[in-house]
Amino acid sequence: MAQELFNKSISELSQLLARGEVSSLELMQSVVARTKAVEDRVRAFNSFDEPDALSQARASDERRAKARAAGTAVHALEGIPIGIKDVISVAGQPLTAASRMLANFVSPYDATVTRKLKAAGAICWGRLNLDEFAMGSSTENSAFGVTSNPWDVERVPGGSSGGSAASVAAGEAIASLGSDTGGSIRQPAALCNIVGLKPSYGRVSRYGLIAFASSLDQIGPFARSVEDAATVLGAISGHDPKDSTSLKMEVPDYNKGIADLAKSGRKWKLGIPKEYFGEGLDPEVGAAVQAAIDEYRKQGCEIREVSLPHTKYAIAAYYIIATAECSSNLARFDGVRYGHRSKDAKDALDLYFKTRAEGFGPEVKRRIILGTYVLSSGYYDAYYLRAQKVRTLIRRDFLEAYKQVDAIVTPTSPTPAFKKGEKAANPLAMYLNDIYTIGVNLAGLPGISIPCGFTGGGLPVGLQVIGQPFKETELLAVARTYEERNDWRMRFPKL
Amino acid sequence: MTYEAVIGLEVHVQLKTRSKMFTRAEAGYGHPENTLTDPVVLALPGTLPVMNKEALDKIIKAGLLLGCEIAAVCKWDRKNYFYPDSPKNYQISQYDQPLCKGGSVEIELPGAARNVMGEHKRIALTRIHLEEDVGKLNHGEGVSLVDFNRAGTPLMEIVSEPVIRSADEAFAYLTALKTLMIYGGISDCDMEKGQLRCDANISIRPVGQAALGTKVELKNLNSISFVRDGIAHEIRRQTAVLESGGTIGQETRDYDGQTGTSQSLRSKEMAHDYRYFPDPDLMPVEVDQAWKDAIRATCPELPFDRQRRLQAEYGIPYTITSVLVPDRELGDFFEEAARLSGKPQAAGNWITNDLLRELGAAKVALSASKVRPSHVAGLVKLVEAGTILSNAAKEVFIDMFHSGDTPEAVVARKGLKAETNAEDLERWCAEAIAANPKSVADYKGGKESALNAFKGPVMRAAKGKADPKRVDETLRRLLAS
Repeated sequence: MAQELFNKSISELSQLLARGEVSSLELMQSVVARTKAVEDRVRAFNSFDEPDALSQARASDERRAKARAAGTAVHALEGIPIGIKDVISVAGQPLTAASRMLANFVSPYDATVTRKLKAAGAICWGRLNLDEFAMGSSTENSAFGVTSNPWDVERVPGGSSGGSAASVAAGEAIASLGSDTGGSIRQPAALCNIVGLKPSYGRVSRYGLIAFASSLDQIGPFARSVEDAATVLGAISGHDPKDSTSLKMEVPDYNKGIADLAKSGRKWKLGIPKEYFGEGLDPEVGAAVQAAIDEYRKQGCEIREVSLPHTKYAIAAYYIIATAECSSNLARFDGVRYGHRSKDAKDALDLYFKTRAEGFGPEVKRRIILGTYVLSSGYYDAYYLRAQKVRTLIRRDFLEAYKQVDAIVTPTSPTPAFKKGEKAANPLAMYLNDIYTIGVNLAGLPGISIPCGFTGGGLPVGLQVIGQPFKETELLAVARTYEERNDWRMRFPKL
Repeated sequence: MTYEAVIGLEVHVQLKTRSKMFTRAEAGYGHPENTLTDPVVLALPGTLPVMNKEALDKIIKAGLLLGCEIAAVCKWDRKNYFYPDSPKNYQISQYDQPLCKGGSVEIELPGAARNVMGEHKRIALTRIHLEEDVGKLNHGEGVSLVDFNRAGTPLMEIVSEPVIRSADEAFAYLTALKTLMIYGGISDCDMEKGQLRCDANISIRPVGQAALGTKVELKNLNSISFVRDGIAHEIRRQTAVLESGGTIGQETRDYDGQTGTSQSLRSKEMAHDYRYFPDPDLMPVEVDQAWKDAIRATCPELPFDRQRRLQAEYGIPYTITSVLVPDRELGDFFEEAARLSGKPQAAGNWITNDLLRELGAAKVALSASKVRPSHVAGLVKLVEAGTILSNAAKEVFIDMFHSGDTPEAVVARKGLKAETNAEDLERWCAEAIAANPKSVADYKGGKESALNAFKGPVMRAAKGKADPKRVDETLRRLLAS
């Protein structure tokens, strides 16, 4: 199975394509066939447009032929099918956010990341399922169906970018884009045995990403290796005049940076935050992560215990800030200009009530109500303002730790993939799933999850590496140091 | 009991920018519905705002002209409320850190007569902040339509302190503010196009009482005259309520300028909770000294300062400056004509009387006028030198207005040069006297007005080109001999 085109990495495929051993059309056909074969069990996609993808692949082959004739180089992503989370805009394709509210919405414009992927020659492939408006940790909150974990289809793939993770794990895409507000890239990557990277806040433009919580959201890649993740990150990063929160900063050649650091033989100092290894951590997950830490030590890395003392307030602060922002961001879905519009509304107010009652699912409503409450006059100081102060303290915790260490290593998720329906009735238990990932978003840091083993039941476990602001190269190099010593990523689910 | 009014005005001014506040979509008026839009204006999923620097430049300029303190950091907040004319259902605005604080507007109250300068006062400002305008709803039979052309247009809110005491002061305040905005190129302030809008907070209290009365907000004041009339009406209404033993309830009222009446829109209980919070999509922007200095360098002289200078520097009266100054371009026109002619009073007269009259009659804007300051100056010089007579000068002016020719060219083309041949004049006067012995007798008998009988024939003989003063002198001399 690992020999199949659809399970290969971008680095392998780009060489096969460059040598002319495979065409982009053949690759796309392989991915399409695989998708059709497994999608009834995985259900990673909300929709895909096969003719469009095949015509994009043919166009890529033509570009490659022209470049070859002209003797010019093509991007490593030329002709590579990349799945897109259905919350990132691609002109002319549906943009549903897995919500009834946008069930029939087609976006007329490209997100900046989409435009950049297209410019690199990649094929934007399909619309990947998620928790409605990216709110959730299991992809069970989708209005259109639950995505399965390819390692055990009775279990969830994690979320909110569950479709993005499952599609790459199942061979339905070579890589994909997701968005991460509190762990929505890293947690599903961990649960599906792939690499998931959340860049520093401001590294990647958010223009064209349906906002959940604007100050926390960041787009990032899912891939089959650290190198692939670095390749996609390089393609989508950079300042965007359409997003004031994207930073004016040079985008380095990440893979060159990783290689240079490997050559330098630098021994990393890694921090292990004691607060991340307490109650609630599944013993098998803990053991796998501990084994990974031991491996780092074996590689000559210095392992130090660090403290992130405000970790216990992270979930509370997160659910105040994220819901406050979402209550405002989702106000635009009102049935006036686009999207779902209630058919029985009598006046403007009634239109709002009925449209939003019909269009949003329960988790989205819960968060809008919570966010509306914490911003209300008289409560603002006690909740929102206080949460922002906690946020500052959490960032300070990390920056303090980085005076001693280069990166921080933790479990990505406290548990492996759980059964569908297991936590759906208990939102708080679901929220606790993000306990190790949320602090990274609050602090605006880059974080990556890489495969680090399996439980006795055959479920993947992820290792989270947390980097310093805008030091993605170092973060990726630390991740690569572990990745190159094992072959977890070469295991594929049996579907 | 005698009451005094306490009035504060909230004025919204649309900034004159090429594009909208947070996107590159064109800003404008009078275009077909929903054509000045883009994904950001329509708040399509995934879109983000990016600040328009020109709008920030203009509010900083307004702040500098009004003597405000300019904040070191420009910060944005979201004002959350649902309304169909608001695409995002929140408005990006400035809540606790307005860009401009303090400052004042110099106003002139009506004088004792139209040609007499009135009292000057300063109306203190609380703050000026920037926000985005909303779209426009059009209500039809059973259906409401929304046009988002206006949505996202940069809008400046200027809030005065509650120091305005009468409808006349409010009128003077708005007039001065409008003049200043146009002077600074900040806004065109055309109220018919909604570029300037005003809400008034009005309360009354017995004279001498420190505590404020309950305020009523008056909305929909869509011309400067309606602001004055609406406030006067509201003061009368509140006075009548109090005098009949009633109490004023805090409410918002809608003023109808056509009928001169108002009605309640909503009471205080329905006030919104806007759930303000900092907009996470926009980074705070630092406003440094260099930026402020660069804008200050583009600030024009304030209108009232200019009026005082013109009166002092050129010695021209209020009757002329009060016409010239409110229009910056007209003031510039005058200053150039005054400089070129060296005769400010005469230039001012030509401009405020003849030029404005002809422009008005022809419905031509000053910028399109064929008469330029050099024409006026040339004409003033010709009259001053006695080359043409004043009645001929009027004819030259009208000709120049339509032809655009120089005054010298018009005089030459029309043969309007004043007659200066003394021999001819002597002869025409002698002939007129000889032809009318009765009037000679009347004049010599002491009837002064008999002299006029000779003037007509002399002017006819001179074809109108004789100087009446010299005709008068010559006739008197001949009759005396």
